[in-house]
Amino acid sequence: MSTTIENVACPFCGCLCDDLKVETEDNEILKVKLACSSGQGIFMDYDPRSRLPLVDGREVEWDEAVAEAASILSAADSPLIYGLSSSASEAQRKAVALADKIGAIIDSTSSVCHGPTGLAMQAVGEPTCTLGEVRDRADLVVFWGCNPDASHLRHFPRFSLTAKGALTPNGRADRVMYVVDVRPTGSSKKADHFFQIEVGSDYEVLSTLRLLVRGGEPSADVVGGVPVAELKELAERMKSCRYGVAFMGMGLTMAPARQLNVAELFTLVAELNDYAKFSVIPMRGHGNVTGADQVLTWTTGYPFAVSFARGYPLFMPGEFTAVDMLARKAADAAVIIASDPGAHFPAAAAAHLESIPTIVFDHGPSVVAAKAKVLFPTAAYGVDAGGTAYRMDNVPIPLKQVISTDRPTDEDILDRIIEAVS
Amino acid sequence: MSDRLTLITGRTRKQAIGMHKGKASAEYLAATALVEMNPDDMTRLEVSDGGQVLLRMADGEVELTAHAGTVPAGLVFVPMGTMANKLVGTETLGTGMPCFKGLQVDVTPLPGEEVST
Repeated sequence: MSTTIENVACPFCGCLCDDLKVETEDNEILKVKLACSSGQGIFMDYDPRSRLPLVDGREVEWDEAVAEAASILSAADSPLIYGLSSSASEAQRKAVALADKIGAIIDSTSSVCHGPTGLAMQAVGEPTCTLGEVRDRADLVVFWGCNPDASHLRHFPRFSLTAKGALTPNGRADRVMYVVDVRPTGSSKKADHFFQIEVGSDYEVLSTLRLLVRGGEPSADVVGGVPVAELKELAERMKSCRYGVAFMGMGLTMAPARQLNVAELFTLVAELNDYAKFSVIPMRGHGNVTGADQVLTWTTGYPFAVSFARGYPLFMPGEFTAVDMLARKAADAAVIIASDPGAHFPAAAAAHLESIPTIVFDHGPSVVAAKAKVLFPTAAYGVDAGGTAYRMDNVPIPLKQVISTDRPTDEDILDRIIEAVS
Repeated sequence: MSDRLTLITGRTRKQAIGMHKGKASAEYLAATALVEMNPDDMTRLEVSDGGQVLLRMADGEVELTAHAGTVPAGLVFVPMGTMANKLVGTETLGTGMPCFKGLQVDVTPLPGEEVST
């Protein structure tokens, strides 16, 4: 007899859609309703069978694997703890505790997604809101350097475009949508207005919008490939809307100007509040990358790139960020939790990771797990373990356990390593 | 013939689906070992739709399958992942973030390719 569990949160991306219906029978997931194609795989492609940990590819008992991990970390001069973004916040806290105990550098996948957004927030602030406010109130939505149609597949229907809310009863018809990007995308096809800007021109276009909002006149007729007349129309819409929201993504953070792009957008949004209510929400990728920022900030004061080498937290992007640590060959051991830098880091950084002992926590196969010195096949938060994750708007969402398991959680194993390490 | 074009990397739906199947899976490789090009650039470089091209930068090179897409002339798009990251360098300009977008890359059709008609 099958059972349907309702209001299940999907831990794949920063939307954390918490309206899924998961049908199970005999501790097996039969069907997942309402999940997008990216979220389906979280549940349907997961192999929940219990597995023993591996040391050098050899199955060992959990005690032996924990002892080996503790031995590696005790011997390391400069251990790196990285990942965290597909783990739960309960485990993220333990990872910080481990970093504190062993004097490690701790960094999350934020540093290769919205790290520059964090730097911009520190510099100029972040006027933001929740996705519930977007659904209920927003009549102007601007997507800048992001493509939710490929990355956050239910963002439009649940929150930002077709969603119906208290002041947006007609959904799409109650909203004007702009997309700013360097190429046409699935998202730009849905937009009322698409500005296809030149690569690397985000800062210029944003600065021009700030000028136009203040009533200034640019000396050029075209900026970043966009006619100034069209930018002027957007500036006027921004000033006169009821509730505007800008969403921003990797198009700003991964381009050469990085945090300067983001700071320019955040400043524009702040200035727009002299005329209208306007907010910005970064499109966070991993299911709990926002939680990684939250937990590191509560516990250390900084969102990523934190070193405990001196016995107290120091923050230094470019030094304590994982890509830089690995590129400089400055890490001599690594704990990788719920992420795959083997696949998502530049090849030279990933190569150094292969040359040092790695302790990997992962619920499934990955590039980094395949080459781990010690591999802990832990439970998957949101599938066979419960926990807490933070949505992209910093709202904590409970992750449910929909099937039972013998697997330990990341939190369980981190506790044991903290206990064992000297 | 080769040309220097601007590379951006990013998420695709198929890349995300393939990731759940495993990064050694056929789905993941099919979703990530490709480059989307502007049709005019493909004609000029004599690259056929579905043909193989070599992308080369100072930090590495990778062979990918070319597909005609909607990217503007002068731009190429490679889905994020193990293939794209053979090209991306480790310089982060003090931020922690490598440059995954806006890179200059040399694109060369591999021998044996026919011109798209």
